[in-house]
Amino acid sequence: MSLKAFHIVFVTASILLAFGFGVWSLLDYQDHGNTAELVGGLVSVLVGFALIIYAKAILRKLKNISYL
Amino acid sequence: MDIPYVVQPREDTGLFNAKVGIWLFLASEVMLFGALFSSYILLRVGSINWLYGEAKDLNVWLGTANTAVLITSSITMVMAWASLKLNEFGKFKAYMGATILLGLVFMVIKAFEYNAKFHHGHFPAAHTFYAIYFTLTGLHALHVLGGMVVNSFYWGPGSKMWKTDPVRFTNRVEIGGLFWHFVDLVWIFLFPVLYLL
Repeated sequence: MSLKAFHIVFVTASILLAFGFGVWSLLDYQDHGNTAELVGGLVSVLVGFALIIYAKAILRKLKNISYL
Repeated sequence: MDIPYVVQPREDTGLFNAKVGIWLFLASEVMLFGALFSSYILLRVGSINWLYGEAKDLNVWLGTANTAVLITSSITMVMAWASLKLNEFGKFKAYMGATILLGLVFMVIKAFEYNAKFHHGHFPAAHTFYAIYFTLTGLHALHVLGGMVVNSFYWGPGSKMWKTDPVRFTNRVEIGGLFWHFVDLVWIFLFPVLYLL
């Protein structure tokens, strides 16, 4: 597996974490009403979407490099 | 006699020597961290006074910042390798330098976290949670440090190889990148397990 393939695996895990952390923060905000958790949750979800866009861009950039 | 497949991949496997070597090494690392994660689960399930939520006294925001730092460093690492593939040595230096600096930022934030723990008397002997917390994060931090040493060599004296054998140098950076990604992936699992759950 090349660095390209491993990077895609890593970015996928990061996207899942970003959305997971976003949900965790927003649920915590519901319980405690802490504004920082609301902002953190929303930023985390946005980072998740940004990472999806990044994954598409890096795949285009590295299209000539093997997955092996 | 020259050692074969140092630069060019072997016909049947499609891999050069170092790539086989790093994946064997990473397999052993999976076993090491896997055993510690298993220990964490067993200790947590078997404990009658496990620490949850705020009782853990962990700073979730510092942990989040460190997660962002490591994700960014993986991006700069792959960009450093891609720059070599595209024959842009100047960009490689910039991206690899950024990767090393981000590793340093991670270590500084981790040092602040450890310092706060020690100030509050949260030593490994204080509670089973802190024992496994310091073991997992300490071992991970040592791996980050090791990756920084290797990346610094690629950025500094090791980069001379770019002039004499650019393909081999690019392969070396890819191997370093695989290790760096593994270390960052471990943190992606460590962060929610220790800080959020």
